Amino acid sequence: MNATVDPKKLIKGATGDWEVVIGMEIHAQVTSKSKLFSGASTDFGGDQNSHVSLVDAAMPGMLPVINEECVRQAVRTGLGLEAEIHLRSVFDRKNYFYPDLPQGYQISQYKYPIVGEGKVIVDLVDGSQITVGIERLHLEQDAGKSLHDQHPTMSYVDLNRSGVALMEIVSKPDLRSADEARAYVTKLRTIMRYLGTCDGNMDEGSLRADVNVSVRRPGDPLGTRCEIKNVNSIRFIGQAVETEARRQIAIIEDGGTIDQETRLFDPAKGETRSMRSKEEAHDYRYFPDPDLLPLEFDQAFVDELKSHLPELPDAKKARFMADYGLPAYDAGVLVAERVQADYYESVAKGRDGKTAANWVINELFGRLNKEGKDVTTSPVSADQLGAIVDLISNGTISGKMAKDLFEIVFTEGGDPLQIVEQRGMKQVTDTGAIEASVDAVLAANPDKAEQAKTKPGMLGWFVGQVMKETGGKANPQTVSDLLKAKIGLE
Amino acid sequence: MTDLTQLTLAEARDALRSKTISASELTKAHLAAMEQARALNAYVLETPDQALAMAAKSDEKLAKGEAGPLEGIPLGIKDLYATQGVRTTACSNILGDFTPQYESTVTSQLWRDGAVMLGKLNNDEFAMGSSNESSSFGPVVSPWAPPNWSQDKLDAALKGDKKGLLVPGGSSGGSSAAVAAHLCLGATATDTGGSIRQPAAFTGTVGIKPTYGRCSRWGIVAFASSLDQAGPIARTVRDSAIMLRSMAGHDAKDTTSVDRAVPDYEAAVGRSIKGMKIGIPKEYRVEGLSEEIDQLWLKGVQWLRDAGAEIVDVSLPHTKYALPAYYIVAPAEASSNLARYDGVRYGLRVPGKDIADMYEKTRAAGFGSEVRRRIMIGTYVLSAGYYDAYYVRAQKIRTLIRQDFENVYHAGVDAILTPATPSPAFGIGEMGASDPVEMYLNDIFTVTVNMAGLPGLALPAGLSSGGLPLGLQLIGRPFDEEALFSIAEVIEQAAGHFKPQQAWWA
Repeated sequence: MNATVDPKKLIKGATGDWEVVIGMEIHAQVTSKSKLFSGASTDFGGDQNSHVSLVDAAMPGMLPVINEECVRQAVRTGLGLEAEIHLRSVFDRKNYFYPDLPQGYQISQYKYPIVGEGKVIVDLVDGSQITVGIERLHLEQDAGKSLHDQHPTMSYVDLNRSGVALMEIVSKPDLRSADEARAYVTKLRTIMRYLGTCDGNMDEGSLRADVNVSVRRPGDPLGTRCEIKNVNSIRFIGQAVETEARRQIAIIEDGGTIDQETRLFDPAKGETRSMRSKEEAHDYRYFPDPDLLPLEFDQAFVDELKSHLPELPDAKKARFMADYGLPAYDAGVLVAERVQADYYESVAKGRDGKTAANWVINELFGRLNKEGKDVTTSPVSADQLGAIVDLISNGTISGKMAKDLFEIVFTEGGDPLQIVEQRGMKQVTDTGAIEASVDAVLAANPDKAEQAKTKPGMLGWFVGQVMKETGGKANPQTVSDLLKAKIGLE
Repeated sequence: MTDLTQLTLAEARDALRSKTISASELTKAHLAAMEQARALNAYVLETPDQALAMAAKSDEKLAKGEAGPLEGIPLGIKDLYATQGVRTTACSNILGDFTPQYESTVTSQLWRDGAVMLGKLNNDEFAMGSSNESSSFGPVVSPWAPPNWSQDKLDAALKGDKKGLLVPGGSSGGSSAAVAAHLCLGATATDTGGSIRQPAAFTGTVGIKPTYGRCSRWGIVAFASSLDQAGPIARTVRDSAIMLRSMAGHDAKDTTSVDRAVPDYEAAVGRSIKGMKIGIPKEYRVEGLSEEIDQLWLKGVQWLRDAGAEIVDVSLPHTKYALPAYYIVAPAEASSNLARYDGVRYGLRVPGKDIADMYEKTRAAGFGSEVRRRIMIGTYVLSAGYYDAYYVRAQKIRTLIRQDFENVYHAGVDAILTPATPSPAFGIGEMGASDPVEMYLNDIFTVTVNMAGLPGLALPAGLSSGGLPLGLQLIGRPFDEEALFSIAEVIEQAAGHFKPQQAWWA
């Protein structure tokens, strides 16, 4: 898909440039009330082993029954990835022994996944876009959790997660840098959050990535890849790619070869470590799960879900650019989270889109960031911010005063218009009052006034002085006009 | 009525309804017979307190005229069925004293309909076997004595190693022996490759494996999920029809169960078979089939013809591949189904130096040799590089076998008549010790039915030269169990009933 090599993305080695090739398997927890094949709750943070049904614990004679909501979520996600939806898919058993895998197999989809090829358009920081191919999406069960730190000689098992539905989303090897890898996961998470199919909460393990990394000389065939398992933050994904690519380059440049293996990323040490080699790889003995019939639905089922999909980030971005006259960057920032985009639209509706965007992105997001808050916990509502924008647009307050007003609303709350009136923050447009201040400033600085006649750049300094004199309430345009007339510029 | 255990299920039901007998006395009679018959080892757990409590409740319901279809009928339950609060082991050491907190769907339907549980019945470990010799509780002795054995010889063998006494078939050997020895009025069983029909044939009882999906598998310890089906073993065709009606039905907890109304199977018993087309498959005339089995088969054909059925020769060309394909599919599924017995959550745990060591020691100690063999075969055929050669090909054969039957039924055949087993019952310790395949050949006439998911019924049709029961098998169209009951009744009427010698084990 990205056929031409972008020299900016190459990594410099001791012997020349290298291209890094990345493909990812994202494990995204399906947003659903109950598990993929049982009625147990999927709530995070319950007491250990409190969300476990007989099926999840693999008691003798228990049988899985598919949770239709998880199927719908997978189809919705597939539609969001503009992917082929398979009307018939098959659940397989992936067999291996581990204490947190009660059945001794994971129910997954191997040969016939529910979703086939699709694509994700990813915006990069420099404003460029890449298209990342999706190979497939399939449904599978999560495992439980082994707890090795609760007892000196024993390990405990918590099965709360056992059987929770995951979507494994496999990308094509279309990514060429750590930045692209990060941007891809971010975009995928945005799409799923818009769809409501995965909350994307990496702290709670709702989104984990297996990152496949290989390096090659530009133009060469693909190199041998290593799979870095279970990377659980977007930042670590970037670090893991960088670290692993450099490790591989160093080995090859020293005359060595890369062994295909599974590795773990250690963020504390900033290194990847071998977990198991290809020879030690499990033989999972996949075969169709005889407890489950093939999963079949008709096109009408898909169409029905499609008709209820929300507006997705790409479409929203395009609309913000067209309807509100926003530059691509601003529109991109706003649509990154659906709640942000919704907030922005409430502010922008019936107002100047660009001004609204500036206030939301620069003032609000900046301030929220400082407080460790986000739009959902913002002390300033969209209505309040809209009122501030209105007070600027109709000339009631100056831009500078607006910042003070914003800070008051942010920290103390209240109706912006009332605050302006009660605290005398209204912009002074009365030329008489302003003229008095202008005269006073000019009289106090006769030398500078003289210099300004030949150096018009000094006008700004005078405007500042007058604003100070008026407590920021003077209309800066009026001040500037008066100064020009009195100094004799024009 | 001197001995209530001599009643058929239908007779007992009618006597209970007319209040000629009480559920409590009927249950007590069976509990007493069970006590006398412990040497047969048919029950691995007797539940007399539960049985008497259930019977007392049935008597109340009978008195109030609120009787269910099986009100007060004492039954034995194969140990593969999970019974709430009652030890369930699948006759494997690996489950230890496992006591489920849940009741299988099939047994809960039996209790719903008023049946009384006498106890849990022996079976081959995880239902893997054709003689009930692989049970962790030891073999079951058939109530049919070996020909020409003196009472002294029988007593000695019963007290000793049991060698030479007859097997009741398997895996539902406890079920078939208990029914044949009148230790219950009927029993639940399961059939993956013949585990209902072969034991029925060996003990002169009637067993039906219904269509795959007819009964829920929920709460039944899994052997091979795509082949396992629950079904009854009883002493008459009518009794098995009565039981199946309560056992069958759709269950939302088993995706493979079928949402289809359960007919009144008993009403099909005695229905005319005039004009029905019965197929005789030439491929079942296998090499080495004994003359007496062949003669029995011919007799069956004649009885059906006499009853007005039309007899046609049919061909099921892929029959000979069924057994080898079955011994790939069943172990493959079993190897995965039995992975959950790992010592982590329930059942046996043998400590080890690390988790892998604990797994290995637990599973080595917990599983018997036949189960271990099948786990190894199953693991092998699913392995990378062998999957296509074994599992995929076996599935293709399975499709061909199913098509064979579809073709025959499409041509208008209503049911197929075959022998149930290639031989009468053999002695304990006599078969399979050196060559497990020898034992697997017992299933040669029955596995095709599981591979195709069809209903199959086995019933006694005569005795061997040595005086042992011989069975015939009827194979039906999907979900046409009724036809099987109608045809079986004709054979039963013609052949009569076959009872073992008086209670020589008591």
